[in-house]
Amino acid sequence: MRRIISILMENSPGALSRVVGLFSQRGYNIETLNVAPTEDETLSRLTLTTVGDDRKIEQITKQLNKLIDVAKLVDLTEGAHIERELMLVKVRAAGSYRAEVKRNVDIFRGQIIDVTPTTYTVQLAGDTDKLNAFVDSIGTDNVLEVARTGVSGVSRGEKVLTL
Amino acid sequence: MALLSGGEMLVRSLAAEGVDFVFGYPGGAALHIYDAIFQQSEFKHILVRHEQAATHAADGYTRATGKTGVVLVTSGPGATNAITGIATAYMDSIPMVVISGQVQSHLIGDDAFQEVDMIGMSRPIVKHSFLIKHPSEIAETVKKAFYIASTGRPGPVVIDIPKDMTHPHEKFEYVPAGPVEMRSYAPVEKGHTGQIRKALQLLVSAKRPVIYTGGGVVQGEACDELTILAKALNAPVTNTLMGLGAFPGTDPQFIGMLGMHGTVEANEAMHNADVILAVGARFDDRVTNTPSKFCPTAKIIHIDIDPASISKTIRADIPIVGSAKSVLTEMVKLASEIDETVDQDANASWWAQINAWRERAGIYHAQRYEPSQGELIKPQDVIKSISKATNGDAFVTTDVGQHQMFAAQYYQFNKPRRWINSGGLGTMGFGIPAAMGAKFAHREADVVCVTGEGSVQMNIQELSTCLQYGLPIKIICLNNQALGMVRQWQDMNYDSRYSESLYEDSLPDFVKLAESYGHVGMQVTRFEDLDEAMTKAFAMKDKLVFMDVRVDQSEHVYPMQIAPNGSMRDMWLSKTERN
Ligand SMILES: Cc1ncc(C[n+]2csc(CCOP(=O)(O)OP(=O)(O)O)c2C)c(N)n1
Ligand SMILES: [Mg+2]
Repeated sequence: MRRIISILMENSPGALSRVVGLFSQRGYNIETLNVAPTEDETLSRLTLTTVGDDRKIEQITKQLNKLIDVAKLVDLTEGAHIERELMLVKVRAAGSYRAEVKRNVDIFRGQIIDVTPTTYTVQLAGDTDKLNAFVDSIGTDNVLEVARTGVSGVSRGEKVLTL
Repeated sequence: MALLSGGEMLVRSLAAEGVDFVFGYPGGAALHIYDAIFQQSEFKHILVRHEQAATHAADGYTRATGKTGVVLVTSGPGATNAITGIATAYMDSIPMVVISGQVQSHLIGDDAFQEVDMIGMSRPIVKHSFLIKHPSEIAETVKKAFYIASTGRPGPVVIDIPKDMTHPHEKFEYVPAGPVEMRSYAPVEKGHTGQIRKALQLLVSAKRPVIYTGGGVVQGEACDELTILAKALNAPVTNTLMGLGAFPGTDPQFIGMLGMHGTVEANEAMHNADVILAVGARFDDRVTNTPSKFCPTAKIIHIDIDPASISKTIRADIPIVGSAKSVLTEMVKLASEIDETVDQDANASWWAQINAWRERAGIYHAQRYEPSQGELIKPQDVIKSISKATNGDAFVTTDVGQHQMFAAQYYQFNKPRRWINSGGLGTMGFGIPAAMGAKFAHREADVVCVTGEGSVQMNIQELSTCLQYGLPIKIICLNNQALGMVRQWQDMNYDSRYSESLYEDSLPDFVKLAESYGHVGMQVTRFEDLDEAMTKAFAMKDKLVFMDVRVDQSEHVYPMQIAPNGSMRDMWLSKTERN
């Protein structure tokens, strides 16, 4: 099962490496990872996706909680949540295909944020499936470069992850 | 307002923590600190002969006292040499503060002389670590380091200090650290009362209960509470290798160590139990044998201060997060309040069953190994002889191998903190330095290092440290002229092909070696001389004695669980008999 774990941790040097190190040390996988300071700049929010059965996820969250720098964490996939990922994708857009790309971008509600005579750079936000679907619709042959942020997310409703 | 250098602040901060001893070794990046140490008298610095020994000595000191041990090493090779000892402490959850010098801040990352990334290198084997960025952080960081190391599930903490942070000419205002406040670290001491009540009810209604305890009870100072509870329930108690001494070893309710080299009665009792109370133990693979076959009929109550230890390998039916002391205290209190009592008949038949196992296969009940005589000295008998000479009341450290297991089995510990060994990491070379640490803590007590001729050579240089500080420890070397534990496995699994477990007559003359270090060397080759030699050695109160005892090379450690795919009770009782 894929899980999204969001962590509030001290925005201190070494904190990120402790989280990442824990995963490699204990043989857990990280599929995506993103991290940035929060509105309180002494805190960072790190969101990662990983796969594992309940037992493994329980161990992962317990081990993460044990890290001194980790203040609080939530497994977003345990409840209703919203997840988004941002992707910048540079696609071949020449000749007759140029219009086709544009149409696809519109369908997926993306934005073209940079243009050359032969390429478009598209910005697209959504859940992982949507981003994958867009890449598929363009066709991997026409995709020149992909930069994805990894998943970020919050719980739905009033539930918040704060100290 | 005091203006101090970083080095002076470090020294003051350590003194403020009540540090008595710092075990260390100087070098370039730590020289400012060493200069500050020279000019103080609040604690004593112990100069070891290898940084690994500094960590083990601090560790031994801690295990013998409960106080956090302190290590000081220089950057680069000083730091790398300390790694094994940090990992040893980490695996056994020993509180330790390790201060490492680092190259000057502006050189970090340049592959400067004697630079290693200590924070990165030690990351997987520390509870936490700090890099000092400004001298003004030192006081608070030291305070936090001690707090983190010694609370919750204890462990080593590294403080890496670049050389420019401790420069004697750069002085700053010294503000002693106030109380520690950390929003991201709040260890839980008190257990959930509802869970504790449930657990107690389950225990009282159990027909075949077993109390299984580990290092957490020793370190958590919960031995008295454990004993009271065990007595109230009249339940059998087994200890892990790390937990020996938590419950009196000669008490009839003690059924011995459990696990790979545990007693038959302990492993049978676990396997047949209906309720297991695990306290401060972590269901390590050396205990459980094959997890899927572990204790098929038991409901499991697991008390541990570390939530991540609960249900990690074996699922707990009643998990209780909290310190052993707090939870057991509450359990004892509840026990006196509830109306239910233990079913006497069930309890009697459980003990009848346990005693039957004992009589059939118990190592204390009947001697299962061939008797020593003449030049045949059985290693087990050496441990018994040590036990006699010390009235079972010494601080016993060991190295790793057969001798360690024989010591665990045959020295019956009646008090906590007497048994000091590297259980989790299994570090050869631990014995002598750990004994040094214990001796610094308990000058009047007998401190024995039970070792093998293999392990002892991994930190033999510390004999020099022992001379410098006058540490009359007794080193009893069970010399089987082989890496015995390796040889045993080769007998059992590799048709006795002794790949690299023998030394081809290259062993030193240990008597001369001890003498050349300024100590007393003794050799025992005949069984009839053993007890007398032992008495003589322990009578030399102010001398370190190295006793080289020639023991039977072919002896194996039994009982031994059968792996892979065995359950707890699947064991070899001897080379030919199975349980
Ligand atoms: C540093 C280290 N290296 C290797 C091992 C693997 N090992 C475990 S026991 C053992 C043999 C120890 O020999 P000795 O100290 O003579 O003890 P004996 O088993 O003979 O009593 C070895 C090599 C270890 N535990 N630690
Ligand atoms: Mg040996």
